Amino acid sequence: MISVKNLLKTYKTKDIETPVLRGIDLEVKAGEFIGIMGKSGAGKSTLMYQVSMLDNPTGGEIILDGINIESLSMEERTQMRLFELGYVFQDYALIPELSARENAMIPLLMQGKTFIEAGKIAEEVLSKVGLLHRKDNKPSQLSGGEQQRVAVARAIAHNPKILFADEPTANLDSVSGQAVIELFEELHKKGQTIVMVTHEPEYAQYCNRIVYLEDGKIVRETVK
Amino acid sequence: MEATKSTNKKSKTKWVDVLRVGWFLAVRQIKGSNKSTTFLIVFIMMLTFLNLVVVSGILIGLIEGGNKANKEQYTGDVIVTTITGEKEITRTNEIESTIAKMPGVESFSVRYLESAQIEANYKTRRDFSVLPDVAGTQVVGINLDQENKLSNISNFVVEGEFLDESESGYILIGANLLYRYSAGFGDFFASLDGVYPGDEVKVTVGNNTKTFVVKGILDTKVDQVSLRAFLTKADFWRLVDRPGVNANEFAVRISSSSSMSPDELKANLVNAGFAKDGRIQTATEAIPEFLNQIRIAFALLGNVIGSVGIIVASITIFIVIFINAVTRRKYIGIMKGIGINEKAIEISYVIQSIFYASIGGLFGIFIVYVLLIPFFLSHPLDFPFSDGILVAPVNTTMFRFFLLLLVTIIAGYIPARNIVKKNTLDSILGR
Repeated sequence: MISVKNLLKTYKTKDIETPVLRGIDLEVKAGEFIGIMGKSGAGKSTLMYQVSMLDNPTGGEIILDGINIESLSMEERTQMRLFELGYVFQDYALIPELSARENAMIPLLMQGKTFIEAGKIAEEVLSKVGLLHRKDNKPSQLSGGEQQRVAVARAIAHNPKILFADEPTANLDSVSGQAVIELFEELHKKGQTIVMVTHEPEYAQYCNRIVYLEDGKIVRETVK
Repeated sequence: MEATKSTNKKSKTKWVDVLRVGWFLAVRQIKGSNKSTTFLIVFIMMLTFLNLVVVSGILIGLIEGGNKANKEQYTGDVIVTTITGEKEITRTNEIESTIAKMPGVESFSVRYLESAQIEANYKTRRDFSVLPDVAGTQVVGINLDQENKLSNISNFVVEGEFLDESESGYILIGANLLYRYSAGFGDFFASLDGVYPGDEVKVTVGNNTKTFVVKGILDTKVDQVSLRAFLTKADFWRLVDRPGVNANEFAVRISSSSSMSPDELKANLVNAGFAKDGRIQTATEAIPEFLNQIRIAFALLGNVIGSVGIIVASITIFIVIFINAVTRRKYIGIMKGIGINEKAIEISYVIQSIFYASIGGLFGIFIVYVLLIPFFLSHPLDFPFSDGILVAPVNTTMFRFFLLLLVTIIAGYIPARNIVKKNTLDSILGR
């Protein structure tokens, strides 16, 4: 599903070059729930941004669902993000003017679904995350945990092949965090491939494989 | 691998989806925006539109008002005057009888003109070293009913009364011949001082002098009328000693129910062979050249002021959309991140620009046609040579409306594009 070879990422300012990823090799199989852990500054999020096509690596190769992403144009990358990938960000990243239902509808509308189809699917996924009763609420009317569950609903509404989550529980209290991670576990059980960045061991234990990063390199892996 | 890539290409985003999502985002953003801010932006757009239409409309309206007054109170739809170098219109009787029989003609007036001198204080002037109170003018002999039907002249009598065919020895004096009406301009040409209805004046035409009692003072916005003195036709011929009874002006008005145009009426008169007897012009052709020059200058001035308004509007929209897009940069990044097409995001901002400009413009159109034009028609601007009205032809107004839309679309697109094209991850992380 994902194949990363010798991945490099260096941030450049005027005179300073800061290498963040120093040759990452990683394979993720379909249906895996993989956790990326490491200390702050280890390069966890940077790795996820490269693999999920939100950023361009400095070097190396990423094969995503059989496609070398370097060969894709910007528009094809956008298309791939729309159809094949799902994202859950640390700070929920919901569009403030849109209701929970509309936030979940947006990628579906972009895919060409009608308002009725998109609305129906959005309600189904909101029901899955237990928030159908809050479908008409704007993000500002929802708690942090609820917002993150709406973000998960948006990310899975179009049945993505891979779900990327960047510290999805970091801003949540333990109860809300637990609810979100249980959602992920449920999705994983249904065969969803998930790549999750986290620094919280109690949530990482839900992953079937954990890779540990240190100074931009994978230093070890644990498999459940 | 290839199968997946081809699936990708098959599902390439369609423009209809881009527009649909752009529309969806724009509507939600407008609905979710601060109502006062939205009102303020729409208000600015409305003022810009009014600036575009009303300023030039009033400037042109001052001239149009003058033209309208000229047509209504002086020339009618077609005017026949003496050919340059000639003293009178030959074959007056034939022209008159032809016009009288012409279908579509509502009214006409035959005018007889002579240069005259009016002296006001000849009875009270004791000191002959003091200059006499005199003014040079054209004295006009008219058939009162004919003239009144054509130009409604009696409605413009501001002091005293209109002339009466059953009386003799009375004169109607144009207000611009009197100092108290033409103060300021009166310094440039001789005008009469202290003449009121009931006063006697001495009128001299050539070697003939007669005294007349001032019956009334006539004040219109048309100089050709207000700088003249009027007599009944009978009194005119008593005063004037000239051979024949040929006239100097024919003013002809077409019935409002007639489909005949002024050009057709003119052509009819020309075809009847009267072009050799007098100079035949439509009201438009008879507009003094200086008025046309002023009209062009005012139109230019109006366009310059309007252009400034357009620039202000485009800067306003640019700033509004720029601030909106900058403050929402993170969400723009997130939308791009989850696969929303950049064009859809840009279109959402363009639609917002169109919304502000079109609502402002529509309010402007409503104000122009429902409030301002009727207001200026009933309360025209009092201008020395016209009753200024607001001129806003529908085609010109619509052109300006779409010009405003076009400018705001561009002004909305540029900042949106600038923000949308920024790196997705940088936008999401606020870098």
